Amino acid sequence: MTADTGASRGVGAPRLLWLPAALAVGLLVLPVVALVVRADWSSLPSDVSSPAAIRALTLSLTTSLAATAICLVLGVPLAVLLARASGWGADVLRALVTLPLVLPPTVGGIALLYLLGRRGLVGESLDAWFGIRLPFTTAAVVIAQTFVAMPFLVLGVEGALRTAGQRYEVVAATLGAGRWTVLRRITLPLVAPGLLSGTVLCFARALGEFGATALFAGNTPGVTQTMPLAIYSAFNGAGVTQGTAVALSLLLVAAAVAVLVAARAWRPGRAG
Amino acid sequence: MSGTLRAHAVVRRGTFVLDARIEARPGRIVAVVGPNGAGKSTLLAVLAGLLAPDEGRVAVGDRVLTDTADGTAVRPERRSVGLLGQDPLVFPHLSALENVAFGPRSAGAPAHEARRAAGAWLAAVGLAELGARRPDALSGGQRQRVALARALAAEPDVLLLDEPFAQLDVRTAAELRDLVGEQVRSTQTAAVLVTHDVLDALTLADHVVVLHDGRVVEQGDVLSVVTDPVHPFTAALAGMNLVRGTMRDGALVGPAGVVVPCPGGAPGPGTPAQVTFAPTAVRVAADDEAAGWDTHVVDVETGATGVRVRTGGDVLVDLVPAAAARLELRGGAPLRLVVDPADVRVRRVRADDVTPA
Repeated sequence: MTADTGASRGVGAPRLLWLPAALAVGLLVLPVVALVVRADWSSLPSDVSSPAAIRALTLSLTTSLAATAICLVLGVPLAVLLARASGWGADVLRALVTLPLVLPPTVGGIALLYLLGRRGLVGESLDAWFGIRLPFTTAAVVIAQTFVAMPFLVLGVEGALRTAGQRYEVVAATLGAGRWTVLRRITLPLVAPGLLSGTVLCFARALGEFGATALFAGNTPGVTQTMPLAIYSAFNGAGVTQGTAVALSLLLVAAAVAVLVAARAWRPGRAG
Repeated sequence: MSGTLRAHAVVRRGTFVLDARIEARPGRIVAVVGPNGAGKSTLLAVLAGLLAPDEGRVAVGDRVLTDTADGTAVRPERRSVGLLGQDPLVFPHLSALENVAFGPRSAGAPAHEARRAAGAWLAAVGLAELGARRPDALSGGQRQRVALARALAAEPDVLLLDEPFAQLDVRTAAELRDLVGEQVRSTQTAAVLVTHDVLDALTLADHVVVLHDGRVVEQGDVLSVVTDPVHPFTAALAGMNLVRGTMRDGALVGPAGVVVPCPGGAPGPGTPAQVTFAPTAVRVAADDEAAGWDTHVVDVETGATGVRVRTGGDVLVDLVPAAAARLELRGGAPLRLVVDPADVRVRRVRADDVTPA
């Protein structure tokens, strides 16, 4: 690749950009540094290995994985259709899909309660016909996470599909490949990097989800108390030190970093 | 089981109307030439099934692919119409071999069989050693070879070639032209070649169709089209002078004082007509010569064998350097030109084709 030498030979950016850029890096990185510096490293091992911490981490990881899986199964088809659609209908749909991104998560939580709660638009029938009550269950955690995380995946994959265009797909069709074959062997592999980054963002957003979960799923240890809720409880909690919250936060940061590193290490379509 | 491609397509886009018929026999290459916007790409899109014509019918042998009369519209993947474009579009995530195996795999061949067939096709285009390479490790010419092998491996009845040599250097383009010609003939594929380049048509095509403003203005075998062009675009493509005007005293009187003597059997006086003659057939009149016409130099450029002089009425004259050196070749310089009637072809045209002088 010649990208590196190319970049160093360009005209360069105005020097004035360095100041705001440095401030941006500081704003993004220093809080995490502070977290690491202020952590009580002597009690850290016991804090992060406490049964409550392990329970919360396990719940966070399983629900986030489940939410990511649902986002993939439902979101990729939506992204493909949105990328191929044109006209005002598609624009409206795209705006609606983006809505959870701009909505405060707490509003999302209330909205989910009004839809799926026991008196909710759909929840009432679910309860009456099937005896299913979603709020304050682990399933509710997954639904809340899916709600806030799906737009990241859909927008990421749709953008990648639009960039890739349809020229390779046309060639594949003239070679005799049906629509499913084209999707499986050409379209998805071509957008694999976008699909991967969308999935990572989606997972990270699910892992960090707090507001909608708190309102729609509650804060029951072992059932709905994910890491962000456990951290919030520890920080505000009676009898628990803030040190526990810091320790749990570091654990969450470590989990997020691990996911990012793993995603960067695995790049589709690269030999070796 | 392949047969002759017969297509008629009518596509309306605002004021532009494509209305063209084309026919390509197995093992033959039909070149479609025409200026930008003539409708060449639109015609290919209809043949490939990527665009539904407003009216028309596309059939290969007795297999109907498109027929607006009964709503037939076979999908691109079932048409057996391959496409090789300017951009090779080799799938970047697959090796060269996997690219070529894509067609056979899509047709349902088992993986090992598809790979074996792909290996044979890669060998046929001279890339037997490079099957494992990724496209980004291949040169532009090699990528276009892979694309050709990939298109042929799907064993299409019809192969559409959309300026496939335009992005290649001169030498690679020549090699690929030979390869395409050889493969089309040995596989008995009916091929339609869209091109801007007269060389493509000369070297590859059996038949030339000239498309202009959405209509076929001229067609025929390559030799007759380039030696006796009827349409101004074809004349320009073939490097011939074409002058339109009115007959008078056995000569054609064109714009800007051009007077071209015509061979015997020319149309009578007052008839609107056009003449074609090669720039090499024109010479500068001797001082005491009565024949010819007075004109002036418009501009001068380097020609293939000397100097090409554009004169009044857009008549091109090719002079060898020795002849050119005797003349004053600045813009506006006077010049008297002669052309031998034996080198001139004349034909009648409609009156409204002739711009009044």
